[in-house]
Amino acid sequence: MTEFPHPGQILARFRRRATVAMLFVLICFGVLVARLYFLQVVRFDHYHARAEGNRMALLPIVPNRGVIRDAKGRELARNYSAYTLEINPSLVKNMDATIERLSRIVTIEERDRRRFYRQLKDSKYFESVPIRTHLTDEEVARIVARRYRFPGVEVQARLFRDYPEGIHTAHVIGYIGRINDRDLEKINENDDTANYRGSEYIGKSGLEESYEKELHGTTGFEQVEINAGGRAMRSLSSTEAQPGNDLELTLDIELQKVAEDAFAGRRGALVAIDPKTGGILALVSLPSFDPNEFIEGISTQSWRALSDSPDHPLLNRAIYSAYPPGSTFKPFMAMAGLETGRRAPGQYFSRQGYFSFAGHTYYDHKSKCQTGVNIHISLTYSCNIFYYQLAQDLGIDAIAKFMRPFDFGHRTGIDISGEAEGVLPSPEWKRKRFKKPEQQAWFGGETLSVGIGQGYNAYTPLQMANALAALVNYGVMYRPHLVKNIIDSRTGERRPVEAEPMRTIKLRKRNVTTVLKAMADVTRLGTAKTAFRGATYSAGGKTGTAQVFSLHGQRYSAARISERLRDHSWFIGFAPAQDPQIVLAVLVENGGFGSVSAAPIARQVMDYHLLGPQGEEAAESTDAEADAATTASPAQ
Amino acid sequence: MSPNTLPFSDETRFFTPMAWLRTLVRVTDLWLFGVVLALLAISWTMLVSAGPERVESLQSHIALALSLMLLTAVIPLRHIVRISPMLYLLGVLLLIAVALFGDVSKGARRWLDIGVARIQPSELMKLAVPLALAWYFQQRENALRAHDFLIAFVLLGIPVGLIAMQPDLGTALLVTAAGLYVIFFAGLSWKLIIPAMLLAAGGLLAIIGFGDILCAPEFDWVVLHEYQKQRICTLLDPSQDPLGRGFHVIQSTIAIGSGGMWGKGWLQGTQTHLAFIPERHTDFIFSVLCEEFGFVGVLVLIALYVLLIGRGMTITITATTFAGRLLAGAVTMIFFTYAFVNMGMVSGILPVVGVPLPFISYGGTSLVSLCIAVGLLMNIRHHSRLIAQG
Repeated sequence: MTEFPHPGQILARFRRRATVAMLFVLICFGVLVARLYFLQVVRFDHYHARAEGNRMALLPIVPNRGVIRDAKGRELARNYSAYTLEINPSLVKNMDATIERLSRIVTIEERDRRRFYRQLKDSKYFESVPIRTHLTDEEVARIVARRYRFPGVEVQARLFRDYPEGIHTAHVIGYIGRINDRDLEKINENDDTANYRGSEYIGKSGLEESYEKELHGTTGFEQVEINAGGRAMRSLSSTEAQPGNDLELTLDIELQKVAEDAFAGRRGALVAIDPKTGGILALVSLPSFDPNEFIEGISTQSWRALSDSPDHPLLNRAIYSAYPPGSTFKPFMAMAGLETGRRAPGQYFSRQGYFSFAGHTYYDHKSKCQTGVNIHISLTYSCNIFYYQLAQDLGIDAIAKFMRPFDFGHRTGIDISGEAEGVLPSPEWKRKRFKKPEQQAWFGGETLSVGIGQGYNAYTPLQMANALAALVNYGVMYRPHLVKNIIDSRTGERRPVEAEPMRTIKLRKRNVTTVLKAMADVTRLGTAKTAFRGATYSAGGKTGTAQVFSLHGQRYSAARISERLRDHSWFIGFAPAQDPQIVLAVLVENGGFGSVSAAPIARQVMDYHLLGPQGEEAAESTDAEADAATTASPAQ
Repeated sequence: MSPNTLPFSDETRFFTPMAWLRTLVRVTDLWLFGVVLALLAISWTMLVSAGPERVESLQSHIALALSLMLLTAVIPLRHIVRISPMLYLLGVLLLIAVALFGDVSKGARRWLDIGVARIQPSELMKLAVPLALAWYFQQRENALRAHDFLIAFVLLGIPVGLIAMQPDLGTALLVTAAGLYVIFFAGLSWKLIIPAMLLAAGGLLAIIGFGDILCAPEFDWVVLHEYQKQRICTLLDPSQDPLGRGFHVIQSTIAIGSGGMWGKGWLQGTQTHLAFIPERHTDFIFSVLCEEFGFVGVLVLIALYVLLIGRGMTITITATTFAGRLLAGAVTMIFFTYAFVNMGMVSGILPVVGVPLPFISYGGTSLVSLCIAVGLLMNIRHHSRLIAQG
């Protein structure tokens, strides 16, 4: 039989249990209070920051990109407003289905979709992402009418870039494009990440790339309070975006177009510089392409067509393609001879019909070059033997040393990227260039080739124009540039670019005058006289022909070799001769003799620049006569 | 027990309004009533901030709940105890009906459509189980033997099992707790309690210690549903899924922490008003309080709960009948359990189980049953006093 406890005992035990329960309650609440003290007092700063971070979002206000205008204020790169279709991912539950339904109302291509998803991945969840740009008015109307069925889908007016002169400015202005991973890396490296929040485009080439910092502007920010759904509830504060600075170019778009027309469909390049400032008046590379296609990402088909074309339209020949200068190098060789004292202006040389070196004999059949040749005559009629001898007398090291300050074989520092160095040959260069010891040695015969602008010599049209500009300026050299002024978007203040000369090459005035006079006679009496017949101003120049294909002693006959292997045609020149306002270098790929292809282009450009549109038209008629006459007396 | 001492005994006075009023004043415990009113004031204040569109219905909930509280207080306790086995049986039958014909919502079968309304029988069991157990132990008073506890466990196990099968783990745990409190106060041997508690603590530590393995997606917990496993795992590492299941815990922790010492001020909680806090007018209303009134507000609330529970314990100890003691003790501990589990889950020390914050969370059913429980306490107190006087 069990003994049941006394009721008093039961009561005492019960009270003990109640006390234990109460203690348990107090301990548990103690733990809870400790936990809340930890969260609310100890960790307050941390959670306060997180709550603020939750609450606030900085929405970027993308600045308007700066406008680019030519020397006469014509717009070359501008912005226009267009409608885009955007989706706010935080308000859309099923993205695929939404896009599918949208695509029944407006065209959404596979490409748009891919781009959208790529951008979506990188964007914050409360930021709208565009899926279609450039909606037509009809498309806008169709979407707006069905808006209630698409929460989170909005039509927005956005600014887009446009190059009104498209194909004429592709190699100068370049283009902008969507920011890709590589651009992002660069932005991060430059600590520009904050300024590019919300930016979709960045300069990819040309001035758009090199002046990106000026053109982009400063991104503004709007601080908004957002709720858990990502919807902006109210604006707390905002900082206006600072639009990008405008660029005012030295380039004259009409001159540029005249120059392009003058090429008449041939491939080549032209650089025209104002020698007094280094400002580039025209920079042509043909064929060209339409930069507008690149902004939204070029289609694979168009890209194929451009990159596979044998004419290489994407190549900027004016600054990237280096060609042997041919006889256009001779004025600089003449300067080297005069400045080093190896030649004097009045010094005549006889027996200039042939030149023997290392068992080879070189001939010059031009009648004016046979005997009694001085600096003046050698330039006017482009006598080769005279320059073989001069090169031999100077030696390769002296030639290289003299040419270096003219930026031959070095980047000129023009304000767009993608410039080639070219080759100023010297024994040192050859040692670096070749790996095998037997190829590294410098031969005397190579010096002779350099003397007439062939051999390893290779310069870009920009380098030729730039060097000539320094020469006609008596050694005062400016860095060639396309941008005259940067116009501050806030103050309207014009900030000049490259106003000061870069360096002054020490040249004796008498020597420069000797060479320039001879060059003036080239267009009056010499190899370019046909091209400049009837000009109302005096011009100086020099024709040249760059060998593409070595004939190994055989006579050159344009008719017998295919077009692509024909020589390149050069002309460098300046006008007016007394006080040059324009210096230019023209290269026509596979154009044959410089006097035939390149010089007439130079003439048209000079006519337009010095005389205006009327002068150019007047000159065109004389051109036709000249064309008929040229083929008779090709001169190198 | 003299019949004269009961409020219903004198039938001539029973029907006069003055008699009613006098009875009410006599049964009303001012401590409990004051604390409940203070808690309801906080509830109203928080709801204005967290869900102003519901304030009107809260007011009618309060009116109904307070009336039922006073009604419960005046019905003689022995009547209540007498009908409790019937309540219990009804509850179990309804739970079986739910299992057979219940409506499924959110993967669980909890509701029973009885034509006029949809009811959730598991709610009823929160009070019916401790009542039934108190009744049982009352029957066995002074002759309690080991097998009585066994029967008590079976009585508890049937409804808990049915509720857990729905599945509704939160309610099952609360009903279990209510029943265990009765059994504990009835005098279950420490020799059984201590090993059981050690086992539970060990299990808890195992979950925390081996959380990574246990929470791996391929690991099947067998007895728990997938979403229940997720709740526990989310507690162990809320950052694992910050926008999904962990979102509630992370955002409520941010709300609590950013409240600081004094809070952001009434209606100024950014987490609350920008909708970062989920279920902010119901289960997570505590984080709204923490955000807007800070640590000081928390201390005030916890102090009120301590007062409520302390008063409940006083009533428990002074109760004169066995059933009264057991019932008062269990009800008091239920208040504690609700409050602690809710605040614990909102502040991230317990898993998220759907337990409302007593008297504060918006919700008519919960408020009514809590007020009935307070009414029971008042009833027990009044009853004891009468006996003491008698």
